[in-house]
Amino acid sequence: MAILSQEQAQAILQKVLSFSKADECQATLTGRTAGNIRYARNNVSTAGHSDNVSLAVESRYGKRSGVATCNQFDDDTLRRCVQRAEETAKLAPEDPEYMPMLGPQQYLTPNSFAAKTAGDTADARAQAAADSIDLCVARKLTVAGFLENSTSFRALRNSKGLQAYQPETFVDFSVTVRTPDGTGSGYAVADYTDVGKFNAKALTQIAADKAAGSVGAKAMEPGKYTVILEPAALVSDEGLLNRLFYELGAREADEGRSFLSKKGGGNKLGQKLFDERITIYSDPTNLEAPGRVFDDEGQPVKKMTWVEKGVLKNLYYSRFWAQKSKATATAFPSNFIMSGGTQSTADLIKGTAKGILVTRLWYIRDVDPQSLLVTGLTRDGTFYIENGKIKHPVKNFRFNESPVIMLNNIEAIGKPVRLGGNLVPPLKIRDFTFTSLSDAV
Amino acid sequence: MKRRDFVGLTSLAAGALFLPSIPGFGMGNAVDPAQLLEQVDPAIKKRMADAALNAAKSAGASYADVRIGRYLNQGIFTREKQVQNIASTESYGIGVRVIANGTWGFAATNDVSEAGAAKAAQTAVGIAKANSKVQKEQVQLAPQKGFGEVSWKTPIVQNAFEVPIAQKVALLLAANAKALDNGASFVNSALFQVNEQKYFASTDGSYIDQDVHRIYPTFGVTVVDRASGKFRSRQALSSPMGLGYEYLTPKAADKVAGPAGSDVTGYKMSYDILEDAAAAAKQAKAKITAKSVVPGKYDLVLDPHHLGLTIHESVGHPLELDRVLGYEANYAGTSFATLDKWKSGKFQYGSKEVNIVADKLQPGSLGAVGYDDEGVKTKEWDLIKQGILVNYEKIRDQAQMVGQNESDGCCYSQSWQDVQFQRMPNVSLRPGQGKLSVDELVKGVDKGIYIAGNGSFSIDQQRYNFQFGGQVFYAIEKGKITGMLEDVAYQANTQEFWNSCAATCDASDYRFAGFFNDGKGQPAQSSAVSHGSATTRFNGVNVINTARKIG
Repeated sequence: MAILSQEQAQAILQKVLSFSKADECQATLTGRTAGNIRYARNNVSTAGHSDNVSLAVESRYGKRSGVATCNQFDDDTLRRCVQRAEETAKLAPEDPEYMPMLGPQQYLTPNSFAAKTAGDTADARAQAAADSIDLCVARKLTVAGFLENSTSFRALRNSKGLQAYQPETFVDFSVTVRTPDGTGSGYAVADYTDVGKFNAKALTQIAADKAAGSVGAKAMEPGKYTVILEPAALVSDEGLLNRLFYELGAREADEGRSFLSKKGGGNKLGQKLFDERITIYSDPTNLEAPGRVFDDEGQPVKKMTWVEKGVLKNLYYSRFWAQKSKATATAFPSNFIMSGGTQSTADLIKGTAKGILVTRLWYIRDVDPQSLLVTGLTRDGTFYIENGKIKHPVKNFRFNESPVIMLNNIEAIGKPVRLGGNLVPPLKIRDFTFTSLSDAV
Repeated sequence: MKRRDFVGLTSLAAGALFLPSIPGFGMGNAVDPAQLLEQVDPAIKKRMADAALNAAKSAGASYADVRIGRYLNQGIFTREKQVQNIASTESYGIGVRVIANGTWGFAATNDVSEAGAAKAAQTAVGIAKANSKVQKEQVQLAPQKGFGEVSWKTPIVQNAFEVPIAQKVALLLAANAKALDNGASFVNSALFQVNEQKYFASTDGSYIDQDVHRIYPTFGVTVVDRASGKFRSRQALSSPMGLGYEYLTPKAADKVAGPAGSDVTGYKMSYDILEDAAAAAKQAKAKITAKSVVPGKYDLVLDPHHLGLTIHESVGHPLELDRVLGYEANYAGTSFATLDKWKSGKFQYGSKEVNIVADKLQPGSLGAVGYDDEGVKTKEWDLIKQGILVNYEKIRDQAQMVGQNESDGCCYSQSWQDVQFQRMPNVSLRPGQGKLSVDELVKGVDKGIYIAGNGSFSIDQQRYNFQFGGQVFYAIEKGKITGMLEDVAYQANTQEFWNSCAATCDASDYRFAGFFNDGKGQPAQSSAVSHGSATTRFNGVNVINTARKIG
């Protein structure tokens, strides 16, 4: 029963609320079914399937709140679950940041579900792995990859009349190809809502070309270089912009402990922080990278501009901080979209006299939250560009750089592509700081 | 954006926009605390396990194991004078792993019943058969005898789940008050408690019932200087441990002083959160005006809380056999410590002072269990002896790949719904044989830096090049601590770094650093691991200055 329809989910939630005796009650039902396949050394290694549905009930008496859950759905279990939430609420301390539950809300119509993804099978995943492996075996390369397809839903209902439901599908694929002697490595990554767009062979081809092309890397002196950062270097498991997106909190800025804090107090809202070509927004109904239309509290997620032409336009305000600051509360989005132009990564390379192409970054960690300085390394395809062409592969570098400085050193912005549920363009950046060399391939 | 993008307990930092999203804390269902103490009867679990094993065999599996897991977590989060969140979660379900046609298959369900177990087993066999069509090498398991019906429990004194929430909240708020009284602008504190009730059964004839406990109290203190616009933080010097609530009753014998002039206190098997919170506030304040480091070569004296993370990244990970063989190439990476280096018997990983041991046994450590998640009894083994690489970390389906016939017992899954695989055991630096105190160690350093607490950390995917920060830094000049430093990070190459190891203190200084959220695998899984060491000296390491201006 992992994936319930809107009617099935709301029927359960309605019954749950009918058992409530508390001042306020909110019930959340979530379910997920997912299948994956993992391969390495040109062989399938592990694969699996999992199913789960769970109910969480939050009950409130005044400013006291309690939560309980269950994953059985007979009347007795549901009734006990509500009672446990109520008992916990009565024992809890009062929350000084209490905000009343929301009433009915208007949501955008979600487009985050694709039936084809929901109907995916173990055989189809095995075939995708086979396509990827066969290509690499034919080219005498070694491949490791991962494919996961998932379908999930979230449904909310509360005693103030709020109702919400959204189904989602997600396809997640990444592949690393290496030369058998370990001297070359390449990578490709992609995600989709609709599995129909997924082509394991085409992505493996990109990774294989990078692997074959990265053999014989030359060492270059660390220092400041013009770089072209592909989207995987910007947003992925390890991306330079991830940290920036999640540092947009008003409260931390107002409290003086964020790169967005103003000397002497307050935050940098309205200030120009980046190059005027930088615009970053969220849009849950974007066709290519759809997101969630409501957050965990049931607040509607709407189109929201964070940075416009380099100027900080909005910050994330929790409902409590918004009330305290006389600002508008912000539902935190599940996607970020960075505006760009029309040039592909290949076009950016053509327009570069001297520079370094970075496929991917790795192990990015904060060094100084004051300047948002982070460190990390290049990985799986780093190349020297001269006169508009890739000249030769280079050894991987460690960098120490702040995304704030980086977005002020923009040379060119490419065409945005979907990654990690976001849309982000490749970026050409000057004076990017590499601080040492790595022997890793 | 995916949840795992912003996972990070170690950065329970000032300025964190959200509560940390921790695998194992975010994924479960919230549950009433009173319910956490009831255990499920092993006889019921045995019936469900047999249903899964029989269904797997009937469907054509040559091997099957089943894990029936109940994973309980409680996290209490506070800031300054208030509680932010109390989350008690439970996750209960069944995971079945099979080999059919020489290929692995896995399926998991929250339908905890004999029928649910059998259905998961059939799904797992179906997946194995689908994948066997593209399989070229058959899975080979190292032999493992069945243990019959056995059990194991973390040797705790007091179950943290039995301690009233009000008492735990009061302790965190008292720690916050200590920090605020000593000059903190902000303080976040948290207490994490974990109980894994794991039942394992396999077609080898094992029925293993284990009750595993872990605890982690922590905080982050921030001091903001409005006039200069500067802010500095200091995180707790506690460690996650394989202990009960007794970890939070401080004992004098468990406190270890840092070198004279450093104002650092380390903790062994118990932790004084009030004392550490006060020290943290004073140190964070001092960091605002501390001298910015002059980059260059320094002799580093690293305290165990700090060194544990360096061991984790530069020894623990590169010696995981799945990385060495290429199974993690697409995510966590591969390893510089290749098989040819190991086979030579002469690969000088470190200096003669470097003796590194792996284990799943040390009491109080996060790795300690009776049996791993594929029914192998746990043990201790050498990884590096007098600087020479001698072995790896491996599980049943890897042993034959390096010509061995025994698993090391370090297979683990974070929950019932994830497949178990090779994870890092405890990896520890043995203390020095001769008597050597921290003060004696510092006395011999002419130009150096003493670093306490683990901070920023980053290492490449083959584990050559790393950069580490810390919590507090002190200049050492002519054998003495002369004052605090800021903006310190060191960059090194793993082999050069360990070969620069000059001396390590004796066993009286030995203690654990631990981590709750070591990530690996796809889908990504989290595991918990400890690293023991004593304060250790490394000569001539490259130190950089990390201060930058953003206008």
